[in-house]
Amino acid sequence: MVDSLALDISVPLRALRVDVGLEVGRETVALVGPSGAGKTTVLRAVAGLVSPERGRIAFGNHVWLDTERRVDRPPEARSVGYVFQDYALFPHLSVRKNVSFGGLRQVDELLERFEIAGLARARPADISGGERQRVALARALARDPSVLLLDEPLSALDAHTRNGVRAELRELLAELRLPTLLVTHDFEDAAALADRVSVVLDGRVLQTGAPAELVLEPADPFVASLTGSVLLPGVARPGPEGLTEVALDDGTLVYAAERGSGRVGVVLHPWEITLARSDSADSARNHIRAPISALVPDGDRVRVRVGALTAEITAAAARDLGLEPGVTVVASFKATAARLVPLAR
Amino acid sequence: MNRAFTAVLGLAVAVAVVFLTLPLVAIFWQIGLGGLADGLRSEVARDAFRVTLKTNAIAMALILGVGTPAAYFLATRRFRGRALVVTILELPLVLPPAVAGIGLLAAFGRLGLLGEQLEGLGITVGFTQAAVVLAIVFVASPFYVRQAISAFEAVDRTMLDASRTLGAGPAKTFWRVALPLAGGGLGAGAALAFARGLGEFGATIMFAGSLQGVTQTVSLAIYQEFDVNFDTALAISAVLVVASGALLFAVKAIPWWTASRSTSPSLFARSAST
Repeated sequence: MVDSLALDISVPLRALRVDVGLEVGRETVALVGPSGAGKTTVLRAVAGLVSPERGRIAFGNHVWLDTERRVDRPPEARSVGYVFQDYALFPHLSVRKNVSFGGLRQVDELLERFEIAGLARARPADISGGERQRVALARALARDPSVLLLDEPLSALDAHTRNGVRAELRELLAELRLPTLLVTHDFEDAAALADRVSVVLDGRVLQTGAPAELVLEPADPFVASLTGSVLLPGVARPGPEGLTEVALDDGTLVYAAERGSGRVGVVLHPWEITLARSDSADSARNHIRAPISALVPDGDRVRVRVGALTAEITAAAARDLGLEPGVTVVASFKATAARLVPLAR
Repeated sequence: MNRAFTAVLGLAVAVAVVFLTLPLVAIFWQIGLGGLADGLRSEVARDAFRVTLKTNAIAMALILGVGTPAAYFLATRRFRGRALVVTILELPLVLPPAVAGIGLLAAFGRLGLLGEQLEGLGITVGFTQAAVVLAIVFVASPFYVRQAISAFEAVDRTMLDASRTLGAGPAKTFWRVALPLAGGGLGAGAALAFARGLGEFGATIMFAGSLQGVTQTVSLAIYQEFDVNFDTALAISAVLVVASGALLFAVKAIPWWTASRSTSPSLFARSAST
């Protein structure tokens, strides 16, 4: 592909080795994972701020790094727009001077576009977090970069401004259509902003796919837990009526429509689990009776912890059922809702 | 018990403050305003200030010109032997000034290590104003370089990275980002070095002598005049007390002033979340 960023790098860090291969077309790819997984290292390698031990990074026909051919172009020779975590605005320069630092494009136009023209003479220390983010974006785009790199673009913002800024950023990325690599530890942010998500753990990509794909078909227990799914470890074997029977670690038997054997994780979405005060005859094949250990309100919904399960139900339903910690309930889910992922141990 | 202990601590502070300020107050008390004016009108004092300002200005230019890039290199790069290089640059801090003077004489003096070569080029260093400059550079430069290294080390590396990704090469990044951001620390270091240069005595008297109008700096003039005309010595000293006070104020105020104008981004990220 002519307009795509291709990378395949190996970077040794103190505690781990980052081995990542990716191809980013005119789309946004999010690297999601816990801190220390090596996500930022990938961005730094693309920008030329860290030199991989071996690998290749190219944008279209422009080779930025090729360790075999001893090519390693310096950061200033790569066409990259980098928005740093905490934005790294120059504190000694005004907003305008920050944006014009790289100096190719019309600065006024950018200040207008990002609605920061009124702040042109202000110093970074005197403007709000959301404004700082817009200045950082304007500065990164001022050089007409071929590739955009965003490191935790929302983490420096408080919860209040976060949602608004996220929506703005989503619009901007759609409009730019630049190959964009975005780093975040928050799957929700990744799902909101990216076309594809790569889950990174310990320096490796576990799975890459559309956000919905990762939610529906996690290839790995870590991906499942990251997307907010419930994971119950157990041992699978063929069961009755073509179902798979999984003996969970606590002895409970559950049934899944999917085939599987050996050590597996049963993956469930919290909203596919229903709660009742007593056993009832229904179409669900799986019923787990246990006391409620916790209730966590989340907007108009409540996440209810029942044994190893987490069910998501509406606040109204929780009220009607009189749910509170200590109350024993029956959690039910259909065999078709349970997916199986192989577990290592 | 608690109050008695606090009283002891307070007494210690009082003793220290009185002991350290008494000599300074005594200078002004002994000379009075009239004596100050008379003393400063003397030829010796005027020559000494002229020589001091000239030699220190040249010395500071050399210290800043060489010390700044050297400090930036040492602050931003890690290599084998770096600690040794830093130690060598700091050595004059602990070296007795008399040793510095002998060393400079042994290196650049007429009979010194490079004496013959310099003479061949028609350059005489010993007992000239150039010798005063070299003596000042030798003893004062560590004060600047040490401070400059830590000032550059304190610059957030992300700022330098950001500059690079915005198309600025290493040299442009140094000029436009590192230098302004380290400015406060560099200014404080320069003030410290300047203060040390003004007071330079031991190395200068051995390497440059004390020739009025040529190599006699204020410190040397004080030493000479206190036998001859004590009031002149007092007057020069009074000016130096004020100058030293101003420099110390600058050392403390410059970093504070620059810091209040430019909060680092990680600082305001934290304040935004609270």
